[in-house]
Amino acid sequence: MSELVLEQVSRWYHNVVAVNDVSMTIGPGVTGLLGPNGAGKSTLIAMMSGFLAPSSGTVTLDGTTVWRHEQLYRQIGLVPEREAAYDNLTGGQFVVANAELQGVPDPIAAATRAIATVEMQPAQDRKIATYSKGMRQRIKMASALVHDPAVLLLDEPFNGMDPRQRLHLIELLRRMGAEGRTVMFSSHILEEVEQVASHIEVMVAGRHAASGDFGEIRRLMTDRPNRYLIRTDDDRQLASLLIGDSSCRGVTLRSDDGLDVEAVDFGRFAVVLPQLASSAGIRLLEVKPTDESLESVFAYLVSS
Amino acid sequence: MTNATIIGLTVRNGLGTRRAVVLVLLPLVLVGMAGILRALVGVDRDATEGVVLGLGMTVVLPLVALICATSVLAAEVDDGSIVYLLAKPISRHVIVVSKYVVAVTATTLFTVLPIMLACAILTGEARPTVAYGVGSLLGAIVYCPIFLLLSAATRHAVATGLIYVLVWEGLLGGLLSGVRWLSVSAWAVGLAEGIAGDAGVTPSDVETVNPAYAIVAAAVVTVAAVWLAGDRLRSFRLTGEE
Repeated sequence: MSELVLEQVSRWYHNVVAVNDVSMTIGPGVTGLLGPNGAGKSTLIAMMSGFLAPSSGTVTLDGTTVWRHEQLYRQIGLVPEREAAYDNLTGGQFVVANAELQGVPDPIAAATRAIATVEMQPAQDRKIATYSKGMRQRIKMASALVHDPAVLLLDEPFNGMDPRQRLHLIELLRRMGAEGRTVMFSSHILEEVEQVASHIEVMVAGRHAASGDFGEIRRLMTDRPNRYLIRTDDDRQLASLLIGDSSCRGVTLRSDDGLDVEAVDFGRFAVVLPQLASSAGIRLLEVKPTDESLESVFAYLVSS
Repeated sequence: MTNATIIGLTVRNGLGTRRAVVLVLLPLVLVGMAGILRALVGVDRDATEGVVLGLGMTVVLPLVALICATSVLAAEVDDGSIVYLLAKPISRHVIVVSKYVVAVTATTLFTVLPIMLACAILTGEARPTVAYGVGSLLGAIVYCPIFLLLSAATRHAVATGLIYVLVWEGLLGGLLSGVRWLSVSAWAVGLAEGIAGDAGVTPSDVETVNPAYAIVAAAVVTVAAVWLAGDRLRSFRLTGEE
């Protein structure tokens, strides 16, 4: 049972702040590090894995500072985002080499076990250069698991995977978490995190925006004000009806037809809108969310 | 102080690249020129000086050492695969020394032996052949850790190394006699001339460094560069651009 603790960690590059005053504790189980591209996820994982010094604050694993402590790699398995591996080795040779470098007692047995865990036996005698993106990801995973680490850090592990490989990795990560390992993976896709992580840390623009189990994060996201563009055959009348209902906070008539509506209670709004329109004989021509992008969801989380 | 797995990975990954073409081409040019000159002018002190010192020890030796040292480390730093070595409970100095062994071995194979062969072709004598072989070996032993340090310290190791070789070792070394005290190729030549004695080919009006000084200076720079390269790897940053 290992615990990664970040205390008031910041990291800046010259005058650009990549990670801003982040404190979090990552314990056993699967934690998803969620955030849009450029949010500071990779920087955070680099600091957790000892490949970047915090500009301020501390990153410790079970009380030991991670930076410049190579002996901690006995406990850490790292799956980096970059694909470069030793392309002219076979997958099997690569994992055996990693086992030898970890100093495990029986490198070949350990490699065989790790390769079986990621189900790469059929391709283990092929050169890594011939692997697909998903296969590379799995062989990297095997190399990180070869010493049976207590902590597993994965940077965007689902990138480039097809749906079947994705399912397989989801199952693998769940199993790792259930075994009591501290597993942390980063992703910018909400659904990926939802399916695997029991705990979620949300990063936005270098800041720690939210933390909790998926239910809490989901509630934060669905309870936020939602904006819609609505076109009808009588915009003005629908506007007056909507503003009279508690599910809406604001309605603006567009100059070029249509209404901009800000709904504060998504559940109620979804039920009320067709009822109001129907009772007043108004035809709904178009109902379109205008802020569904992940960035707007994150932006809301930051401001809340 | 070395790790067999790292040596094996380095040999397979580092030297199996396109750079190997240059590694073979430069020594071939050196030996080829020696053969042509021997056939055209016979045994000639100036020709030997031009090929063995002017081309071999001043140009081919540092360039091949630069290619070997950057192939074993800078290439992995560039593509990020170094992370698989660094995410291991292994001393960074063991990693550097293992890569150093590969770089020096390759430089010896591709430069020291060809320089000896060129010298043997041009002089037909054992003493200068051994002397310039030993001198070149000293050069290989010192150049490699310098270029390994550059590989660990900067993402532009090849360019920086080229500038160092061309400007410091080549241009300034030829213009300012004082540079020889701080020039690896001058140390290599100094040791070689000390061993060669009367069979040496450096003109008598050119001062060379004392062999004892060359050995001590080489030892100090080698140890310092290896240690610093290991220390730089301890602070290796995986990401820097997000």
